[in-house]
Amino acid sequence: MVEWLENLGAKALGILMEIGRAGVFLFWSVVGIFRPPFKIMPIIKQIHVIGATSFTVIFFTGAFVGMVLGLQGNYTLRMFGAEGALGSAVALSLVRELGPVLTGLMVTGRVGSSICAEVGIMRISEQIDALECMAIDPYRYLISPKVVASIISLPLLTAIFNIVGLMGGFLVGVRLLGGSEGAYLSTMKSSVMAADIRMCFIKSICFAILIVWICADRGYWVHKSRNGFGAEGVSRATTHAVVISSVAILVADYVITSLLLA
Amino acid sequence: MTCENCCIELIGIEKSFGAQKVLRGVNLPIRRGFTTVIVGESGQGKSVLLKHILGLIAPDAGQVIVEGRDVTRLRRSELKELRTRFGVLFQGAALFDSLTVFDNIALPLRERTRMPAAEVREKVRATLELLDLSGSEDKYPAQLSGGMKKRVGLARALQLDPEILLFDEPTTGLDPVRSHEVYQMFHETQKKLGYTSIIVSHDIPKIFNLADYIALLHEGVIQICATPEELQRCEKPLVRAFVERVMGRMYSSEIEDLALAAGI
Ligand SMILES: Nc1ncnc2c1ncn2[C@@H]1O[C@H](COP(=O)(O)OP(=O)(O)OP(=O)(O)O)[C@@H](O)[C@H]1O
Ligand SMILES: [Mg+2]
Repeated sequence: MVEWLENLGAKALGILMEIGRAGVFLFWSVVGIFRPPFKIMPIIKQIHVIGATSFTVIFFTGAFVGMVLGLQGNYTLRMFGAEGALGSAVALSLVRELGPVLTGLMVTGRVGSSICAEVGIMRISEQIDALECMAIDPYRYLISPKVVASIISLPLLTAIFNIVGLMGGFLVGVRLLGGSEGAYLSTMKSSVMAADIRMCFIKSICFAILIVWICADRGYWVHKSRNGFGAEGVSRATTHAVVISSVAILVADYVITSLLLA
Repeated sequence: MTCENCCIELIGIEKSFGAQKVLRGVNLPIRRGFTTVIVGESGQGKSVLLKHILGLIAPDAGQVIVEGRDVTRLRRSELKELRTRFGVLFQGAALFDSLTVFDNIALPLRERTRMPAAEVREKVRATLELLDLSGSEDKYPAQLSGGMKKRVGLARALQLDPEILLFDEPTTGLDPVRSHEVYQMFHETQKKLGYTSIIVSHDIPKIFNLADYIALLHEGVIQICATPEELQRCEKPLVRAFVERVMGRMYSSEIEDLALAAGI
């Protein structure tokens, strides 16, 4: 019994330590953004990696999510005789929820894992130690450009997701199932408020920070985790990173929504 | 501070990894402007010792004094400031594997100085030339041989004209001719720049020419830290045994040197 309690305590302490370490990690990564020398090229490169290469996957996810919303919305709304509200339903669900959340999840899967693996490999092959010994701040050099690039990329990707989704909904709800074109467009325009756009924007920025933070942190501290050695340690850290940041996105989504709707 | 002209001093360093006690009270003064060579069998903790000096590993007990300051008590920014004086070569070279050879060597110049790009290119070219690496600047570390990696690591460590060199086995994996040249280069640049260097090496009889002091790490303590002559005259059984073993290898190395001199 005592042993069990001890184990529990040790686990809890371990988790608290990890959270503390992650907090320090975020702090230095953000401080690193404002530290000279300022370099634009690494940020552009990361925008390419995080943003540009995610375009295709975001485009297709957005399109099909919009299309399925059109399908489901049309079916459900017709039960209440409210087909006219389809534009409003598609637009609000995309802008408020599905756009930022699904973009965040797709980017986590595509980019978060690669960030974690990259940083993790640099850690286990002593490249991060080498950076420190050269008096180059590894946070500033490695992590900060990723944070900035992610903050720039995610809102843009989310916007693309939303627009493509709206077009997908239009395609299915109006063109395919014969809803009213005028109603779709006018309810879409009238129901989306500035507050909804703002919520979408805030969410995508929070998710951008969460993804890089969690995934880079897992990689950066891979050697401190249990069995965090070699390729297997990195692969385990990558899996963890993707799982944790996906869950974190959903939790953060709930929290932000409840704060902003209140 | 017990040692007047030391720039680094290790006092009673102890370090365990789990149940394994690697360092058991290491005392080692590193004198300014001299070359100290750390020798010892594989797995005795030489690399671990170097990492203590760099502040990459925190000791369980003891102090690491660098330039009068205890490395284990420094804040991040102070540590970073201190590290600007170091030039470090890791045992595994630790090259940035997604950068080319050229970018690897140019990195410290680009990140730490405001040197214009043309000058960086010039300087890197010169170092590549010096270390016989011309023609490989566009290769990635994975495409290099072991000895080439070592030389790229050396080139990178030397870019910012460090005051203190910490080299972990700089010539392991180099052929005799190349390692000879590397030693030659050390010798010349040290005479010119007067830096302090700490070299971990297995290349024992040869390194005697370069070393001002030799420190023997065995069983987690420095058994002796003395000039090569003193080391060879030392009566301590453990040291004697070590020297005798080395003498055996000295013989083969002399043949090597003769071969070199004959131009074979
Ligand atoms: N991070 C670590 N975790 C656990 N044990 C370690 C760690 N680093 C080193 N050791 C252990 O410390 C001992 C000394 O290792 P070290 O790398 O310093 O040896 P070395 O003297 O440099 O040997 P070599 O000449 O082969 O390079 C070894 O037994 C090694 O297993
Ligand atoms: Mg070693």
